[in-house]
Amino acid sequence: MSEENVYLSPNPASAARPIAIDPEKCTGCNLCVNVCPADVFVPNPEAGRVPLVLFVDECWYCGPCVDECPHEGAIRLNYPVMWRVPWKRKETGRHYWLGMKNPPPPNDTPPA
Amino acid sequence: MSWGTWIDLNAGNDAMKWPYPIRYGQEDAVDVDVLVLGGGIAGCWAAISAAEQGAKVAILERGSILGSGAGTGCDHWQWAITDVPGVSLSAEDFTQALVDNHGGYNNGISRYIQARDGYETLLELEEMGGKVRDTEDTFKGAEFRDEQTKLLFAYDYENRIVMRVWGMTFKRALRSRLRRLGVDIHERVALTGLLTERRGEDATAVVGATGLNVRTGAFNVFTAKATVLCAARPQRIWTYSTELAGSCDLRMPGAMGGGYAAAWRAGTEFAMMEKSIPAGLSINPSAPHGSGHPSNTWYPCTIVDANGKEVPWVDRDGHALETFEERCRPAPGQRFFIKGGGQSSLPHQGLRDYQGPRLTNVDTLVEKGEIELPLYADLPSLPAHERRAIFGLMVGQEAKTKHTYANYTHAGFDPDRDMLLSYQQLIGGGGYGTSAEGAKTVLGFPSIRNAHSGTTGGPVVDWNLRTNLEGLYAAGDGMLGGNDHSHAATTGRYAGRRAAWFARQATARSGSREQIEAEKRRVYGPLQRKDGVHWKELLAGINKTMQAYCGAVKSEGLLRMALEAGEDLKHVVDTELAAVNPHDLANALSVVDILTAGIDIIVPACLARRASSAFLHFSRAEYPAMDPPEWQKFVTIRQEDGVVKQGERPLNLGAPFEENYLAHRPAAPIGA
Ligand SMILES: Cc1cc2nc3c(=O)[nH]c(=O)nc-3n(C[C@H](O)[C@H](O)[C@H](O)COP(=O)(O)OP(=O)(O)OC[C@H]3O[C@@H](n4cnc5c(N)ncnc54)[C@H](O)[C@@H]3O)c2cc1C
Ligand code: SF4
Ligand code: SF4
Repeated sequence: MSEENVYLSPNPASAARPIAIDPEKCTGCNLCVNVCPADVFVPNPEAGRVPLVLFVDECWYCGPCVDECPHEGAIRLNYPVMWRVPWKRKETGRHYWLGMKNPPPPNDTPPA
Repeated sequence: MSWGTWIDLNAGNDAMKWPYPIRYGQEDAVDVDVLVLGGGIAGCWAAISAAEQGAKVAILERGSILGSGAGTGCDHWQWAITDVPGVSLSAEDFTQALVDNHGGYNNGISRYIQARDGYETLLELEEMGGKVRDTEDTFKGAEFRDEQTKLLFAYDYENRIVMRVWGMTFKRALRSRLRRLGVDIHERVALTGLLTERRGEDATAVVGATGLNVRTGAFNVFTAKATVLCAARPQRIWTYSTELAGSCDLRMPGAMGGGYAAAWRAGTEFAMMEKSIPAGLSINPSAPHGSGHPSNTWYPCTIVDANGKEVPWVDRDGHALETFEERCRPAPGQRFFIKGGGQSSLPHQGLRDYQGPRLTNVDTLVEKGEIELPLYADLPSLPAHERRAIFGLMVGQEAKTKHTYANYTHAGFDPDRDMLLSYQQLIGGGGYGTSAEGAKTVLGFPSIRNAHSGTTGGPVVDWNLRTNLEGLYAAGDGMLGGNDHSHAATTGRYAGRRAAWFARQATARSGSREQIEAEKRRVYGPLQRKDGVHWKELLAGINKTMQAYCGAVKSEGLLRMALEAGEDLKHVVDTELAAVNPHDLANALSVVDILTAGIDIIVPACLARRASSAFLHFSRAEYPAMDPPEWQKFVTIRQEDGVVKQGERPLNLGAPFEENYLAHRPAAPIGA
């Protein structure tokens, strides 16, 4: 908690943060920037750095940005809190939620 | 603090500088034989087929070819009939069924083209690299698989009118083909208007289009002998919430009606624009197809209640289905069933004839205490192939929902063991989507509508898929009766060819300087003000106007109010609408397009139909009788010098289909 670096800032443009980029893995190649149908991103003014997720409120969760990224895990779609749908394990009756605290292990089955 | 002040605060901060070169007002000129507007499914196919005919082709797209359009993916290839292995129906009979299913309010021309050319188109797509067969034998032995061709079917397994496909491969295949054919691709260019030329007394020809680069603000002038409109249809007319982030609309946010607005201003004739349906669950609380349901992608998934009790399925006659298999067969005495077909606020014969199995009305069962909420999609109980087809293929291999698959499985969701929550109780009734509007619409019924889902209104076309304007063709969702992926593909392919043939015979075109200058003044208008009404405020104003005066219940008085309020909104556009960068400007212009679609097209269309119609979900307070015989027709509208002209067309447009299709097919290639 710092009392010095407090600035004026508007409210977030959207209730959601659709895109999460890992700056450690992103090389700033801008492939995601150039495939996005809605221009949600703009390139970082500094070449080779993480694109800016500027127009978050226009994201459609369509995913080509993730598909185009050459670096596994550099970018992912972040489903907002209101999208975290529950499911019930049939044999135990227990509910699980997307984004829950102690999630079950991932299911590695690829699509058909 | 106003928006303008906020921007001033950032002046001089280099980190906040617009990252692309600013080229406001600078012109880029392109001259081609065929210009395609919109790079979605219809647009890609139109450009490919025109180029294959030897035409010089350019395509403009607001976003990127690979990422844009509703059809970046697709899980069903609908309604290909002719030559499909094992299909005994004729394209003629099927088209008639589809038209009847909508009470006549469908486009028999484009639907016949879809039924007849759909399989041929799919095979071409496969050659380009689209995956359409179960070559890995994942579904070997499944009831919905044709063992010889390895094609997979959906819904009605006996009649095979819909296929299951690997849609995420399609757009990439189309883009490769476009590139190989040397099509001139203009991405990040938003269509703003059509260039026209007067031909004689009352004929207009389209001779190109103008566009705005959404990154640089440059102005594009395209001239072309023929133009194909493929920019889909308007949405966000009654509602749009940026706060609900992407979950608000089925179709992509970039598709805001630029095509309709431009076509309208040029004088294109539209039909069925008075049709809209209750917006239903446009606030879908989950990722695309990321909650369980029994329809569409998830058909025919079992739904169970809180105690694991199955919600029963019924056939079209309300008879309970005993077995799972019966969900994929027509009812006794029924030829075949159509899913995703007609909707009406009243039952009618054409609906009943082709209605498929469905879940029993959930509302009634809850009321009677027979089932207990919440409900779940019971994937584990399904036959293994069905489970894998729904979650592994349909969800897992469609471009948008593959991310739902990835996110859910990463979080541990296992379709073999887990039941996904269903929000069926929010949707109501027995299905996904809504046909729940009662016959007696009462005041106070939610007035949030949409005119973009299902079979909608749009430009009227002939058997060349040409509009009433010389040189202007239309395809895909952005035409009368458009709705789905294979319809977009087949009509795009057909229209591109016709446009190329026309271009061979047409003389060179050039846009008039006067028109171009006028369009530039319109396009750059909002840049004159950095503080003022932002596009979101204008959009909200339009939405509210449409909710208040063009909602579920319409009347002459209310609709006239809509027109007056619309004039006010246009005044806001002229004097207050503000934009601060090319992205902002492009959005502002799109909202003006929404205003055109709502106030200039939809409201006059509603005024023109002086009768209520169950088929069109259309309720006029002063004309309560539903679908009187004299109003069973298409009402058409177009504008000429700012004056709305009404017309009409008979229902059953295009019939007899095969005869007309053949009559309009040239015996030898044109002009070759
Ligand atoms: C998630 C999802 C899944 C679907 N699944 C299926 C399915 O399984 N089966 C099925 O049959 N249908 C499906 N559909 C519907 C199907 O995708 C559409 O019917 C189809 O994409 C329509 O094609 P189109 O080319 O007419 O429109 P689109 O594919 O939407 O393309 C229109 C293009 O025009 C561009 N555009 C719009 N306005 C402008 C402008 N002013 N300037 C420049 N460009 C502009 C847009 O950016 C877009 O790229 C699905 C839709 C969605 C959203
Ligand atoms: S999900 Fe789609 S709209 Fe959102 S940032 Fe990625 S590409 Fe753009
Ligand atoms: S595509 Fe991946 S690596 Fe490239 S800029 Fe985007 S997130 Fe970074």
